[in-house]
Amino acid sequence: MPVTATIAGIRSPADLQAALQGAQYLADDGLATAAYLALALGKPLLLEGAPGVGKTEAAKALGAVLTRQVTRLQCFEGIDQSAALYEWNYPRQMLAIRQAGEQFVNVYGDDYLLARPLLQALQAPETTLLLIDEIDRADPEFEAFLLEFLSDFTISIPETGTVRAPRPPVVVLTSNRTRDLHEALRRRCVYHWIDYPDPLLEARIVMARASSVAQATADAVVASVGLMRQEPLTKPPGVAETIEWAEAATLLNAQGSTWPAAFRRAIGVALKDQDDLTYLAPRLDAFLPGEAA
Amino acid sequence: MYQIDGTDLPRAAHPFVVFASILRANGFAVSPDQTMAWIEGIGLLGPGNVADIRRSGIALLAIPHDRQQEFNDLFDAWFLGVSMPAALEGEEEDTEAHEPEGVETEIPEEPEEDEAGEDATELERLGQRALIETGDDALARLARLGPARLPKRRSRRRQIARNGDQIDLRRTLRAAARNDGEIIQLAQRKRRMRQRRLVVLIDVSGSMRDRTEASLTLAHTLVQIAERVEVFTLGTRLTRITPALRPRRLDQALARAGALIADIDGGTRIGDALTAFLDVPRYAGHARGSALAVLSDGLERGTPDALILSAARLARLTWRFDWLTPLPIGAEPQTEGLRAIRPWLTSLTDAADTARTVDHLLTMAHAWRRAA
Repeated sequence: MPVTATIAGIRSPADLQAALQGAQYLADDGLATAAYLALALGKPLLLEGAPGVGKTEAAKALGAVLTRQVTRLQCFEGIDQSAALYEWNYPRQMLAIRQAGEQFVNVYGDDYLLARPLLQALQAPETTLLLIDEIDRADPEFEAFLLEFLSDFTISIPETGTVRAPRPPVVVLTSNRTRDLHEALRRRCVYHWIDYPDPLLEARIVMARASSVAQATADAVVASVGLMRQEPLTKPPGVAETIEWAEAATLLNAQGSTWPAAFRRAIGVALKDQDDLTYLAPRLDAFLPGEAA
Repeated sequence: MYQIDGTDLPRAAHPFVVFASILRANGFAVSPDQTMAWIEGIGLLGPGNVADIRRSGIALLAIPHDRQQEFNDLFDAWFLGVSMPAALEGEEEDTEAHEPEGVETEIPEEPEEDEAGEDATELERLGQRALIETGDDALARLARLGPARLPKRRSRRRQIARNGDQIDLRRTLRAAARNDGEIIQLAQRKRRMRQRRLVVLIDVSGSMRDRTEASLTLAHTLVQIAERVEVFTLGTRLTRITPALRPRRLDQALARAGALIADIDGGTRIGDALTAFLDVPRYAGHARGSALAVLSDGLERGTPDALILSAARLARLTWRFDWLTPLPIGAEPQTEGLRAIRPWLTSLTDAADTARTVDHLLTMAHAWRRAA
């Protein structure tokens, strides 16, 4: 049987779903199954989806459930080994060489090694959840390197030797799908596409995340965001935008703004593109939640 | 039909192994260890329901989101005995963006890419001679000067340099350690230069008929010489033809491209095609920071609203956004669409023949610097 020690007390996707809910994250069945399988089989979990559907949040919630520290590697174009793996502390090495004078000094010890996220995860595989965020932003060179890392979980440092994890750490990768990931990378992972949640679930997410928001407001905002997502927008509002919009409108309402007006004034939190705003402007009232007090 | 190796496989696992090979036959990339992981996963989930098996299949076989419907149909057909919806193979999609798969089957490419050394230079020479034989000196000029003259950008990656902009601490320290900790010379690094991505959108509608073949030939040369280039055709739909233009031989490449473009010499809906281009995040990603050139006369049926909107978005996304039109420009562009989008264009260039298009491509890096 594969590794099960990583998920003490969680014996089925339903258990995981309940545990995630305890961590303020409401996962649907698909995500719970994929995450459970990734943990049970010791494979990386690859989450894809539009921006703002809660991919990074899912990883953080998973970290909370497993009581692991989330080590995050934010990818960017040109990310290289010194940002992802390790770097030597050169000024310190230089000082050590100077101070040693005629004495022997080993400047390639652990004292001089700055561990970056991937190495950190290997050094403490039992207590770390490695989050490789927005892998689609990194260039293919880095993706190829990651491929090797994810199959062996070893890092070789020429000066000292190879660091190997006794058992694979929990790894979550996220992608906004701005480009297609390499098939080989996808193959090594358990894959899940996070879609926009259905209205009921989204309303529950809003309530769970924003305690100040009333149930009626949450329902109204979710319905209105659902309508907006049907439109051909450049940047359709994600779950994060739904939550913020509900919160912002509630805040404005508390300061004396009436209901539809509060939503209208806070629209910038939901729609973050000038073209989208101009596109919807003539019909905006149809999209705004009505009475929600 | 499918030979299953390893007879010690549990009986219960057979349907899944066979299903994996069905998936493979339908163009899903499923590796044996993914199949094993799936069977293991089903074992873990216990004798549950079909939904669990389906969900674990999607997760562990890593079925891409846009092919999940196809997967579900096959799954239903195999496990539930539901008959397949008609025309699963090669079904016509409603979306404007069109990226056909598996086109390699039609014309086998001669294995010439992996040949190295003298053979490769031999082929290079042949390739150039073929271009000259078609009588097109402009393309030969593009092939000769392009690698040096196409616009470049600074990469985020650094390389060793004699006079760079950053000290290479690693090499400096290593050199110092050899000299008893005495720093004699600072090793340096600088940012590498990479060719900026080119995106070429070719109008293949009826009004551009005279230029279509020349434009495709030009695009073929670009794909051969440029490090990063993407080519799409615009008509009533948007088609990505970059992979089709990869074969070194022009006739092969054009035949492949021709097979892909379903809307050649048809009507024009440039605005809609550009919108489709922007709506597929992977395509729009190509445009970010790129030198984007549209080869079109800008003759649009109907109102140019969609054209104007997408031109504005392209202008913000790209590094430079040029419109190469075969029509004489004069003081005012001839078509309504072009007049409307003129403010968004980096340049509106006369490209009545290949030579002028090549002029533009070879000078745009320089022209930009002068303008800035």
